Amino acid sequence: MRIKVNGAEKIYFDYNATTPTDPRVAKVMMEYFTENFGNPSSIHSIGKRAREAVENARLEVMKLMHARESDGKLIFTSGATEANNIILKGLAMKAWKEEKNHLIISSIEHSCIMNSAKWLEKQGFKVTYLRVDKYGIVDLEQLENSITKKTFLVSIMHANNEIGTIEPIREASKICHDNNVLFHTDAAQSFGKIKVDVNELGVDFLTVSAHKMYGPKGIGALWIREGISIEPLIHGGGHEYGIRSGTENVPGIIGFGYACKLRMKEMHEEEKRLTLFRDHIIKTVTETIPESYLNGHPVKRLPNNVNIRFNFIEGEALVLLLDEMYGIQVSSGSACASHKPEPSHVLMAIGLRPEEAVGSIRISMGKWTTEEDVEYLLEVLPKAVKRLRDISPFKGKWEV
Amino acid sequence: MSNSQFYSKKVMEHFLKPRNYGRIENADAVGKVGDPSCGDVMWLYLKIKEKNGKYVIEEAKFETFGCAAAIASSSVATEIIKGKTIEEALKVSNKDILKELGGLPLVKVHCSLLAEDAIREAIYNFMRKKGLQIPEELEKRHEKIKARLDKTLEMHKKLGYVTGEN
Repeated sequence: MRIKVNGAEKIYFDYNATTPTDPRVAKVMMEYFTENFGNPSSIHSIGKRAREAVENARLEVMKLMHARESDGKLIFTSGATEANNIILKGLAMKAWKEEKNHLIISSIEHSCIMNSAKWLEKQGFKVTYLRVDKYGIVDLEQLENSITKKTFLVSIMHANNEIGTIEPIREASKICHDNNVLFHTDAAQSFGKIKVDVNELGVDFLTVSAHKMYGPKGIGALWIREGISIEPLIHGGGHEYGIRSGTENVPGIIGFGYACKLRMKEMHEEEKRLTLFRDHIIKTVTETIPESYLNGHPVKRLPNNVNIRFNFIEGEALVLLLDEMYGIQVSSGSACASHKPEPSHVLMAIGLRPEEAVGSIRISMGKWTTEEDVEYLLEVLPKAVKRLRDISPFKGKWEV
Repeated sequence: MSNSQFYSKKVMEHFLKPRNYGRIENADAVGKVGDPSCGDVMWLYLKIKEKNGKYVIEEAKFETFGCAAAIASSSVATEIIKGKTIEEALKVSNKDILKELGGLPLVKVHCSLLAEDAIREAIYNFMRKKGLQIPEELEKRHEKIKARLDKTLEMHKKLGYVTGEN
């Protein structure tokens, strides 16, 4: 996919950050800004028409997670960050009344889970951060051993946003249910890319987001299994089953629903196509560029995600060089800031040293990534890496 | 520009076309600063000639592991000190580097300090080798830089980042 920015042609390889909204989705949303602008809570015809559209979209989103209406409720939120905040804090509020105070999460969660957990710790809750192996796969034995009578929730992401590793959610949820503990998964990165089935995964709560799957930004959802209640964080007119008050983001909801409908039809074809690109990039880069290594699992990973570390260079520099010289848009986990080693917590959790972690970049693909784009990337990436290595003092080994 | 997370045109220009990068074999002075686990390392090489009783920097080259700001700061530093006497070069500060770069984002200002450190360390190295009288200020600075590196390494050892031989 080629996009002009200030006259320069750019190629987008950062779909894990966000995707463009599918033009078909954007088109469907348009009339909900102007013509079909009603408040779904109004009882007149214009309001009712908006309500119908919102409820229809709700069903489309639930369909993509294979949830029947009887399985549970879907609550629209402003995105995955809000959904994750609601589940951790909303359940903590309830747990506190039941004298439960223990939360378990993985050590590679997205910052919205991580920082919510850290905030809960400050309020007096106890948090266990589960280890992961060198591929980023969570330690299920530690999970089983960590659960206590005080544990109110276990939250493990479905797929990691940086290294793309897919977690053993079915196994993890089984362990939790065998021990009468609720289980949540943040599926923001997997939803719309690979099959997400709430019953197959056996989850009690699921977080999803629209803008990672060709829907608009500013809309996401939290699915809650039937029969489980949580405390709301946002009080008001009682919207979204009383869990998230505030007039619905109707155009966003409509766009999310339609994006899910499209993913239902198109996702599997794309999964196959991108997996081929992914494996081609991983193989070519790690075989042809010396001292380059794959981060994450070789197979249990998102079909569109590649994360590679290049020793002896720094990721932010590589990202900028690829952008400025070759028009390629990728991302790096972290950069040096104020002399504090703050490399990505995910890369540190899989056992990389800080200097290795800072040399990693994420390449992520999507619907509009072409074979030509991939070949171009593979042509210029070695040049960019070499250029920075020519400048680096480290020639094949680290020295202090 | 200095409050922005983005780089000035001048920074990008020096990052994309760095001046004087590479190694000088048989350099008269080398200044090595930073450490890899902090994300930036700068090695500065100097060729110094004696002219009319003054030591003049004839050639300066650098090798840097780090972000765009670190590379641009190194590039500018070599340009600034070339042709200067070592006394003049000792007066170059990170402010001169920042000025030349058109500023750096706040979180990247330390990169210009790293370049200043590299200049000091290279000249310290030269004066030591030549057996010249090292100014007290420079001696103190050298101790400070060394102590900082030791402290960082210590911290990283504690965190388990440093494993055996590097």
